[in-house]
Amino acid sequence: MQRNLNHPTIVTIEKVIDETPTVRTLVFSDDVMPTVLPGQFAMVWIPGVNELPMSVMISKESGKAAFTVRKHGPSSTGLFNVPVGGQIGIRGPYGNSFDVKEGKLLLVGGGTGLVPMMRLLTFVKPTDDVTVLMGAKSKDEVFFEDLSNELLKNNPHKVIVSTDDGSYGEKGFVTDMVEKLVNETKFDAVYVCGPEIMMYKTVQSAHSRNIFVQASLERMMKCGVGICGSCCVGEDLACRDGTVFDGDHLSTNKEFGHLHRNKAGILEKY
Amino acid sequence: MEPSIATSIGQIHLDKPVMLASGILGISLDVFNRLYASGAGAVVTKSLSTAAWEGYPNPTIFSVKGGGWINAVGLSNPGASYFAKMIEPNQDVPIIVSLVGSIPEDFEMMIKEFKNCKVKAYELNMSCPHVARVGLEVGDDPGLVKEIVSTVKKATDVPVIAKVGLGTSNYLNTVGTAVDSGIDAITAINTVRAMAIDVETKRPILSNKFGGLSGTPIKPIALRCVYEISSKYDIPIIGCGGISSWEDAVEFFLAGASGVQLGSAIGDNWVGVFDDINKGILDYMKRNNYSTIKEMVGLAKKS
Repeated sequence: MQRNLNHPTIVTIEKVIDETPTVRTLVFSDDVMPTVLPGQFAMVWIPGVNELPMSVMISKESGKAAFTVRKHGPSSTGLFNVPVGGQIGIRGPYGNSFDVKEGKLLLVGGGTGLVPMMRLLTFVKPTDDVTVLMGAKSKDEVFFEDLSNELLKNNPHKVIVSTDDGSYGEKGFVTDMVEKLVNETKFDAVYVCGPEIMMYKTVQSAHSRNIFVQASLERMMKCGVGICGSCCVGEDLACRDGTVFDGDHLSTNKEFGHLHRNKAGILEKY
Repeated sequence: MEPSIATSIGQIHLDKPVMLASGILGISLDVFNRLYASGAGAVVTKSLSTAAWEGYPNPTIFSVKGGGWINAVGLSNPGASYFAKMIEPNQDVPIIVSLVGSIPEDFEMMIKEFKNCKVKAYELNMSCPHVARVGLEVGDDPGLVKEIVSTVKKATDVPVIAKVGLGTSNYLNTVGTAVDSGIDAITAINTVRAMAIDVETKRPILSNKFGGLSGTPIKPIALRCVYEISSKYDIPIIGCGGISSWEDAVEFFLAGASGVQLGSAIGDNWVGVFDDINKGILDYMKRNNYSTIKEMVGLAKKS
């Protein structure tokens, strides 16, 4: 029978890479996930624990994909702790993807929000001038810096790291660096994924200067296919209309950057 | 003259006959507005309880190989009070408020919360198959059905619908009790209690183990129920279960339903499904020289 993309397919973890003390990449073989578009996500079932929406990470080996997870609550810690040989279920891919532009590009990723940015880097053309800006709390929590440089080795490029405590790279918040960069350079497109306040400020910085900008939203998700309604942001469903939205659209959405829903569907402030 | 797809389900008058079923997309007024603009005749809210419920952990929904969906979201909802405040500004969208509870007082209390809201009807969830002490466990208890319907009818002048499903007792008795207690209409049916086991991990997939099967596989069952109810009782009926095309909707009209609800079809075809079905019904009516939905209702019983 042909694979049903909305039904969990079981894959086995083949390799676990420790990126930082709190972040791991779990690599597996699959027919579908290695070829997803940048920004698309999968629903990942950790048997006995939960099912989580996860951006699909690239792998250096063909026919393989990965998930990069930070241990935070019980569910993400459950995924973080899946060992080599452990089984997880995946369904999808779901959602739309970044609109890949050409020219001067700025990719902004905070924490595991870098995952879709890494996939986006595999879609840039050698002529594109690419700046990757990555934010972390401290030196210990910086990852994907080498990978970014490697993916961009044939491009004019810059990889800038900023840490909140200044223990590595530039000191300060990513959003301050975004503001500085968009003042200095006329980018053709800005892409962002990370904590929502970071995305909100990045979208504002770019959109106010008429720069094309897209953000990938993260919300409480249950179904992933637009049935349960848990992930609605105003009239939009993050899973079905997104997760990638244009700055033009986001600037009219009154919940983006301000409110999200809890498991019961009650709006809470960020 | 152009036929009209407007319909009346007893005292509930709608411009369009296809509604959003309860449990689907139902927690934001902005989304309700979007669905109404997409051609939904009415939207039924998620089933609301007296307090906010988080629902079950994931996995809560996935599709079944071969067709259909199984879900055990666990009636997650923000609670009736929060919800009533959210929909208070609404004037345009016909909103049917779905309520779930264990005792008559739960329903009575929640209806008071909606006193400042424009509510098209209340739909009493007597059929959710995967949450204890509510839903089907209420629907399977005729004494409780009678008490709840009588209490709710006294508490409001707005039309009241009972949503029934397949439980452990004969659902036709639940319908009969609700009709005797003064119910204004029946929605039939809810999802059907089901499960799936993953063979690699050897575990039930849903965190709740059991859930409700919806979508195409249950359409013939739902259609049979609508036919049976309309054959036995003189009560307006809303058909629900696996409707994803105009042909499905017309089948339910012919079986005796005056309106239909859909949910799973959103997962397959997204919000454009409402307009597609509305257009299909209209074309069918033109081809068959029907000017109103009412002319079709129950026709299959005459053959």
